Amino acid sequence: MSAETMTLFSPRLAARFDALVEKYPVRRSALIPMLLYAQDEVGYLSDAVIAEVAERIGITELDVRNVASYYSMLRFKPAGKFNIQVCTNISCMLRGAYEVYERFQQELGIGHKGVTPDGLFSLEEVECIGACCWGPAIQVNYDFVDEIKPELVPGIVDGYRGRAHEATEASDA
Amino acid sequence: MPRLVSHPDEVKIVTRRFGMGAANIDRYIELGGYESAKKCLEKGPDWIIDEMKASNLRGRGGAGFPAGLKWSFVPKQSAKPKYVLVNGDESEPGTCKDHLIFLHDPHAVIEGTIIAGLAIGAKTGFIYLRGEYRYLLKIMEKAVADAYEKGFLGKNIFGTGTEFQIVTQTGAGAYEVGEESALMESLEGKRGVPRIKPPFPAVVGLYGGPTVINNAETIATVPHVISMGAAAYAAVGSARNGGTRLFSVSGHVERPGVYELPMGYNLKKIIYDVAGGVRGGRKLKAVVPGGSSTPVLLPEEIENLGMDFDQVGKAGSMLGSAGVVVIDDQTCMVEFALRTISFYQHESCGWCIPCREGTDWLKKSLTRFHAGFGEAKDIDNIQYLAENILGRTFCPLGDAAAMPTIAFVKKFRKEFEDHLNGKPCPFAKHVELAVV
Repeated sequence: MSAETMTLFSPRLAARFDALVEKYPVRRSALIPMLLYAQDEVGYLSDAVIAEVAERIGITELDVRNVASYYSMLRFKPAGKFNIQVCTNISCMLRGAYEVYERFQQELGIGHKGVTPDGLFSLEEVECIGACCWGPAIQVNYDFVDEIKPELVPGIVDGYRGRAHEATEASDA
Repeated sequence: MPRLVSHPDEVKIVTRRFGMGAANIDRYIELGGYESAKKCLEKGPDWIIDEMKASNLRGRGGAGFPAGLKWSFVPKQSAKPKYVLVNGDESEPGTCKDHLIFLHDPHAVIEGTIIAGLAIGAKTGFIYLRGEYRYLLKIMEKAVADAYEKGFLGKNIFGTGTEFQIVTQTGAGAYEVGEESALMESLEGKRGVPRIKPPFPAVVGLYGGPTVINNAETIATVPHVISMGAAAYAAVGSARNGGTRLFSVSGHVERPGVYELPMGYNLKKIIYDVAGGVRGGRKLKAVVPGGSSTPVLLPEEIENLGMDFDQVGKAGSMLGSAGVVVIDDQTCMVEFALRTISFYQHESCGWCIPCREGTDWLKKSLTRFHAGFGEAKDIDNIQYLAENILGRTFCPLGDAAAMPTIAFVKKFRKEFEDHLNGKPCPFAKHVELAVV
C-alpha cells in the first residue's frame, strides 16, 4: 500500500506502525495506540493523519473519527508543546487542586483547553490521572508532577519554558 | 517518582518487592520471581484453579468476584482461542495502587498473566494500561521484552513446550474502558461502550473467544498466592476475603499513600493510625471507602468497620477499589457531590439513556444548587434522578454515579438545605466549577 512510500510519519514511527498491525488477531486492534502515537509525533489528529491511519488499518476515515472522538486524550486541534493537565478530581481537589489550576490559568493567561499565543503551553482541567495519594498532581505531556502547591506553579512553568527549544518528546521508545 | 510509605501494621505480600529494583528481571528472579509460574507448569490447570479458589482471592477491580471461580467458568474446550486480559485502566478516582505495581513490580503482572493463561488454557495475554500511564507502559514493555529474551514468554516457555505470548496495549483516556466489556471493545479498536451480558466474558469475550479478565492487582497477587500456598494466603485476610488489599489513602490525612493491609483491617485505624489522622488536627466529616463510586460513610459508621467486601457491604457501601478518600469538617459536601457527579457525567459513554441523561441532569442540578440557586424540591429531585439511574444501565457506570449521590443527599441533607434561598455556600471557595 502507498502508506509505506508516502507516509507522513517519521521512518521510525512508520516502521513501528507496520509491526503494530501484525501484533493482534485483527488489524483494527492497532487503531487506538496508532492514533495516540501519531498524535504524539504530529501534535494532533489532522485530516492527513486520520486518512493515513484509516488506510493502514483498512477502515474508513469516518470510522476512525468515530472511534477517536470517544477518547479524551485524542484531539483534533494542536495543543501546546507542553500540555499541562491539572487533575481536579476529588482526592486532588481536597488538597487544593483548584488553587493550583487557578494559578496555572493566571500564569499562562489561558483557560481550559487554551493554548498560549507562542504555542508553548496548553492547559487542561482533567479527570483522575491515578496519582491520588500524591495530589494535587498534574501531568505535563506524559510526565507526572506530584504534590503541587500554587506557589510552585511559576517555577514549573519557567522550567518548561527553558526547554522550549528541546526536540519534542519522541512518540514512544 | 511517587512516594512510597510504610507502616508497621502492613503485611507486605503484593508490595513485598516495591522499592527493591524488581523491574529488573534478574533482580526479580533473585527475589524469587518466576518460581510460581514454573510450579504451575508442573502442577497443571486443575491444581491452579483449586489453589485460586482456596485462596479466597477476590477481584481487586472493585466487584470482589472470587478469582478462582471466575477462572473455572472458562470452558475447557473452545473452538476459538482463549485469552487472558489484564485490566490496568486504573481510573477510579481515589485509586492509584496499580500505578505502583506497574512501576515497581511489572514482572509480577507478567507472571500472574502466565499463570492465568495456564489455568484456562490460553496462549495469549493482553495487558491494557490507561493512556496516561505512558511511562508505566514503557516499564511494562521492557519487562515483557526481557521475559521473552529469557524464554519465559514465547512458543516454548521455560523450555516446557508450552506457548504463551503477551501483548501490551495503551488506552487513550476513558474511565468507561475500565468496565470489562468496554475494555474488550477498546482493545478491538472501537469506542469503549459496554456489551450486553450474558454472554459473560468467560464464554464470549475478546475477539469472541473465552476470556478471563482481571484487575492488575488481582493478577499481580497470583504469583504470591502460589508461592505462599492458598491456605496461608487466605489466613492473612478475613472470612471469605483472602489476603491483603492495597489501600490508596488520599485526601485530608497526614500521611497519604498506598498501604498494604490485611483484608478486614479497621477503617478507623487506617485513617487515624496508618495514615496519621486527619490533616491539621481537624475533625473527620466523612470518608469514601472504596473509590468515588462507593457511598460515603459517616464517622459513626466506621467505628468497628473491617475493610473487606462483606463488612463494607453490610455497612451500606462497598470496598470497591479500596480508594479511601478522607474528608475533613471544612469540606462542602455539596461541592464534593458536584465534583463526583461531574466526573461521571464526563465519563458516561452515552450508550444508555438513564446514565447519559441522568448524570447530565444531576450535574446541572448540583451546579445550580451549589451556586445558591437551588429550590427545596431540587433535593428530592436529585435523589429521584439518582434512584432512576440505579440498576437501569448496561454497565455499572450508572450505578457508580447514582449510589454515591443517593448517599450524599441522604447523609448530608442539612448541608443541602443550608445552600437554599440564595445563601452562600458555608464552606466553598469555588462556587463555579469549570466545565470539564
